[in-house]
Amino acid sequence: MDVKDIIKPENLVYERTKNLTDKALSYCPGCGHGVVHRLTMEVLEELQITQDTIGVASVGCSVLAYEFMNIDMTQAPHGRATAAATGIKRCWPDKYVFTYQGDGDLAAIGTAETIHSCNRGENFTVIFINNGIYGMTGGQMAPTTLPGMKSSTTPYGREVELMGNPIKMTELVAQLPGTYYVTRQSVHTPANVRKAKKAIRIAFENQKLNKGLSFVEIVSNCNSGWKMTPVDSNIWMEENMFPFYPLGDIKVNGELVTK
Amino acid sequence: MGELKLMKGNEAVAEAAIRAGVDAYFGYPITPQSEVMEYLAAEQPHKRTGMVLLQAESEIAAINMVYGAASTGKKAMTSSSSPGISLKMEGISYLAGAELPCVVVNVVRGGPGLGTIQPSQADYFQATKGGGHGDYHMLVLAPASVQEMSDFVKLGFDLAFKYRNPVMILSDGVIGQMMEKVELFDPIPRCTEFNEEWMLTGKTADREKRVVTSLDLDSAKMEKHNLDLVAKYKKMQENEVRYEEFQVEDAEYLFVAYGCSARICQKTVKIAREMGHKVGLLRPITLYPYPSKRLNELADRLKGILSVELNSGQMIEDVKLAVNGKTKVEHYGRMGGMIHSPEQVLCAFEEFLLK
Repeated sequence: MDVKDIIKPENLVYERTKNLTDKALSYCPGCGHGVVHRLTMEVLEELQITQDTIGVASVGCSVLAYEFMNIDMTQAPHGRATAAATGIKRCWPDKYVFTYQGDGDLAAIGTAETIHSCNRGENFTVIFINNGIYGMTGGQMAPTTLPGMKSSTTPYGREVELMGNPIKMTELVAQLPGTYYVTRQSVHTPANVRKAKKAIRIAFENQKLNKGLSFVEIVSNCNSGWKMTPVDSNIWMEENMFPFYPLGDIKVNGELVTK
Repeated sequence: MGELKLMKGNEAVAEAAIRAGVDAYFGYPITPQSEVMEYLAAEQPHKRTGMVLLQAESEIAAINMVYGAASTGKKAMTSSSSPGISLKMEGISYLAGAELPCVVVNVVRGGPGLGTIQPSQADYFQATKGGGHGDYHMLVLAPASVQEMSDFVKLGFDLAFKYRNPVMILSDGVIGQMMEKVELFDPIPRCTEFNEEWMLTGKTADREKRVVTSLDLDSAKMEKHNLDLVAKYKKMQENEVRYEEFQVEDAEYLFVAYGCSARICQKTVKIAREMGHKVGLLRPITLYPYPSKRLNELADRLKGILSVELNSGQMIEDVKLAVNGKTKVEHYGRMGGMIHSPEQVLCAFEEFLLK
């Protein structure tokens, strides 16, 4: 039997979502961005809301997200994605709106916009990729860089006394009355990918409820920035990032999860 | 005749926004323009027209809310005063780069820094030369009355959508705060059609995705984009120059002034003419594009020009460029919130141009 004989519609078990373009990803091999792009786009397709969705790209490695996501998108200045999303959602309350931001964008330069959008209870979804580093500019210290962690601007490791502490933005926004769903996920194993997709799906479904902002942090690797192989970076992430940024739901249906 | 009202300039901007069918106003308080948002809040525009009103956490957030709304084809605006406009400059550069329409009102106060809350025209360079990073221009309208504060909101949106470009209404603390009679234009309904190919409405199966961005990492494409912007600005220069002349027909000397300075110079022209000096006034209404061609024509028969501005001499550079050495050009202006009187302008005219 030739391979061509099995390529038939009835044998199809998986297909790339039409919400991704054919363009080759600009991300480094091993990076989590591609997986989160796919999950987000699959969710839109499965919920059949692509035609009603407007995305907001930010500044960082995912600045070109609109090249890979086959949906209507705008590209916001550094840190301002949630402000732009506020402008869209307020004018189009029936549309599904989301931002896609990294930790430098969301938790450093965009702190004010993030906190106030969350606190106002803007009814959109935030996808927040936290890899503890500025990837696109070449691996500088981020607001989320762990104590002792090396980067190009902390070549001897982050010294908390001099450089301050890493910020847990997700725990912080969970405290605000305007957030309805706050969760932290990862995409480094098939099981985690499935959990992350479920979280992203909830975050979009929540927009129908009109009860506030849904915030999904994905703790991700940055093998290039961390100067590791993809496999080593995932192990390092499990051993170092997850203890500081524990995975799981932090706020569900507007209530903080007690552990 | 439309409805007549006695209003502050800032209030006229707000009322005009509702009447012009604006979809959203995003603002942040700053003196001397806070009445814009206060008036809107009192009017409850969502009840009158469905217009969105939101007080943002900063001027930066407000302009980026405008950016988001404008990305979808909505008529969005913001207003502020000088220090707040500086904060908006990043967003305005992005709006210009992404070719999005919007109206930004600057009720100028004295600077630099926190400066003063009193009127000034010290933001001329910032408004007309770009202001933010990169090669771009806003189309700049300079109202000299409360009537124009109202009219230019409507005109501003027409021009912003015609050219897909940010429009700035460059006002000042005098025009924003003073009360005058204003004839309000009849309300026009908010737009419900968002059919243009740049407007983000959600990708349907029958069309390609739409992207709003100011980014292109391919330098050749970025240069092409810049050249397209230049061509757009050239069209503005050809089609949108607006100015007003006062007693220019037989003038030997000319005042060039905009906004509140033009109102002051109008009085000086009268006083000077009573003294026998043939003086006229040219009031640029668009500061970008600038009425350079007209000034150049007039310069052939003028003995001198006085550029009168509430700053240390900013617009005078455009006057000199326009005149190109044909006649003498001098500057006069108070600064830091001080306002020249018609008599002080007259003294400057006598000192700089008659002596």
